[in-house]
Amino acid sequence: METATDIISSVVLLLNFIVVPGLSYGSQLALGALGITLVFGILRFANFAHGDTMAFGTMITILVTWWLQSKGISPGPLPTALLALPAGILATVILLVITDKTVYRYYRHHKAVPVTFMIASMGVMFMTNGIVRFVIGPNDQRFLDGERFIVRARDFKASTGLAEGLSIKVSQGLTIVVAIILVALLFWFLQKTRTGKAMRAYSDNEDLALLSGVNPDRIVLVTWIITAILATIAGTLYGLDKSFKPFTYLQLLLPMFAAAIVGGIGNPIGAILGGYVIAFSEVMVTYAYKKVFIYLLPQSLEPDGLMQLLSTDYKFAVSFVILVLVLLVRPTGILRGKVL
Amino acid sequence: MNNTRKTQLAFAAIALLLLIIGFAQSWNVALGILNLCLISAVMALGVNMQWGYAGLLNVGVMGFAALGGMSAVLVSRAPIEEAWQAGWSNLLIAAICFGGTVAAAIFCYRKLTPGRNRNLAMTLIIVAGLFLTRNFLDPAIASIEAVEPAKTGFLGGMGLPIIFSWLVGGLVAAGIAWFIGKVALGLRADYLAIATLGISEIIIAVLKNEDWLTRGVKNVTGLARPVPYEIDLQSSAWFIDFVHWWHRGSLASLEAGAQQQALKQFVIDTSSIFVKVCYSGLFAGVLCIILLLSVRALNSPWGRMMRAIRDNEVAAAAMGKNVTRRHLEIFIIGSAVIGIGGAMLTTLDGQFTPTSYQPLRFTFLIWVMVIVGGSGNNMGSVLGGFLIWLVWIEAEPVGVWLMEAGTGWLDESNALRLHLIENAQHMRLFFMGLVLLLVLRFSPGGILPEVVRRRGNKD
Repeated sequence: METATDIISSVVLLLNFIVVPGLSYGSQLALGALGITLVFGILRFANFAHGDTMAFGTMITILVTWWLQSKGISPGPLPTALLALPAGILATVILLVITDKTVYRYYRHHKAVPVTFMIASMGVMFMTNGIVRFVIGPNDQRFLDGERFIVRARDFKASTGLAEGLSIKVSQGLTIVVAIILVALLFWFLQKTRTGKAMRAYSDNEDLALLSGVNPDRIVLVTWIITAILATIAGTLYGLDKSFKPFTYLQLLLPMFAAAIVGGIGNPIGAILGGYVIAFSEVMVTYAYKKVFIYLLPQSLEPDGLMQLLSTDYKFAVSFVILVLVLLVRPTGILRGKVL
Repeated sequence: MNNTRKTQLAFAAIALLLLIIGFAQSWNVALGILNLCLISAVMALGVNMQWGYAGLLNVGVMGFAALGGMSAVLVSRAPIEEAWQAGWSNLLIAAICFGGTVAAAIFCYRKLTPGRNRNLAMTLIIVAGLFLTRNFLDPAIASIEAVEPAKTGFLGGMGLPIIFSWLVGGLVAAGIAWFIGKVALGLRADYLAIATLGISEIIIAVLKNEDWLTRGVKNVTGLARPVPYEIDLQSSAWFIDFVHWWHRGSLASLEAGAQQQALKQFVIDTSSIFVKVCYSGLFAGVLCIILLLSVRALNSPWGRMMRAIRDNEVAAAAMGKNVTRRHLEIFIIGSAVIGIGGAMLTTLDGQFTPTSYQPLRFTFLIWVMVIVGGSGNNMGSVLGGFLIWLVWIEAEPVGVWLMEAGTGWLDESNALRLHLIENAQHMRLFFMGLVLLLVLRFSPGGILPEVVRRRGNKD
């Protein structure tokens, strides 16, 4: 029969295998999706190069991290990559501003249709991907250092006396904290500052904003800078949490698109919501609930299967299914997007 | 320069490039490239139908190519009796359950009034149906995969000659495209792109994980060929006679002993070239048929209607054209052509490896071909297929050569030099992107832009 400890154990189990990974993966997706949604809201196209922008920023961060490590500089228990982030962000800002000046600006001035922008972004995707693979190679890179865990499963078991452990990695905790700070800053910027308000106005009604004296070049520049910051940080956090591989970042593009669209593309709150929706559904649908049921149900009712809805191989497919469903049922997304 | 002349010149240039590769590297390499050029051209024609004729942005090329590849396995492999015996009853029940669920859901959708009740009922039917289906499917899969998992572990195929799979691949891709088109074609251009990209990833995920159907990541190797094997050629008398006749000049000058030796080497070399030429013939035949049909279709009233819909959907609809149906039609036809290309590719490879399907190579590269070659122009897409594949393949040796030449002043074992040479191959992605952007910017119609026929204008 289930007892109080059994119930607590099952809760810990869910925390450890669903809530913590879901929150950190969701935060990474949300940051990525924010970049996509900003570009969509301001420049009005789906940016296929975003995954590779993330890879580029992460690559620079990794290179600087290695350099710092070789110099013996480290921020104590935190990963060295945090110190290297500003360099990565700077390089990504430069990359995005250059691509805008050389590629997108021409189409913007010629009022090209969004599809042209999208195809151009495929070209940018190829080029960025080529640069990343050329510089750092196509293989897995690990660059995590410092403490590994905030809470260790073993310590947790020892201190609570429960049969199930809870472990929280530094990278996971860091992801969640950084995401909260960044999102708060972004919203402050969009709601309170003059430039942020101008951006929202531009996204809402371009002509009206131009008439009111909003400088479009400045808006676009700021958009790319914010996108670069978000993309680099999202990529680095993902790399710290899992590992860095150029191909994985290309694959991340789809869950990020899914997050942006599910939440309502062009809507920043929607992007965050979408990130968590996608992340949690991926984790929840592919988790084997057998152990949870063993704790919760009386012995006679214990399941014999794994109680897994879908095998973990379909993890990525889950986000696409949600994406396609949302596109069909409610193309504007949960929060009615298209405006910042 | 008129368009016909430009087309002739462009193809002459491609032929020249292939000849240069043939003389400079080897005929084996040149023919290998040619074969993949032909397949790429077929796939590019498929994408061109969707994008060039109708303006549909299908970024799920990879999925349809993989479906074609799957058909190659399912057509050519011999059926595995044991696996069928182990699983057929459960599989049949699962299929009936699945069909029943779909039918019930459709019935419910049609008969009930829209609202919360209908949504609830449909959700219930679908969830219950999925659990019921899995209840039978899971044991079926387990029993099928248990049959010699190291060697087979899947149902096998139909045991037919693999060449039929080109047709079947087209049909399978068309069937799935019908379903996808029904669901997704109402979306705006950019949403359609993202949706198709997602769907293609789902297709790959299924092919990777449904071992009972495709053996998944264990791959299927050694598919039967539609052309002779090198080893058989090398032992058949007519082929040796042919090689002897072909090389009679160089053989005659040798002594008897050396002659035997040289003949043996010639036979080995020629056999692999012969096989590749056979493939080239088959692929070129398919390409010609599809190209001929495409050209006829594009210049027919149907093609004009398609372009009218592409250029102004509202006006075309006002003229009484059924835009939705035409879009579905062209989406299915284009996907079928991509499927045929995919089946041909798997036939050429002789193996089906789901992990090899990557969006950069199978979706975006084909797109580069269409855009660079000239969207809306069939010859342009074929040219794009040839040109981009050539560049894609040759960028690797050229890149390595450039890096070696460029870093010649550095020491042999210099870390930077080694890194540059080792990673030079990845620069081809960079160049692809550059080519795409340059063409898009300076010649948006591609190398051979779309030809707009007007009365009295022969070009």
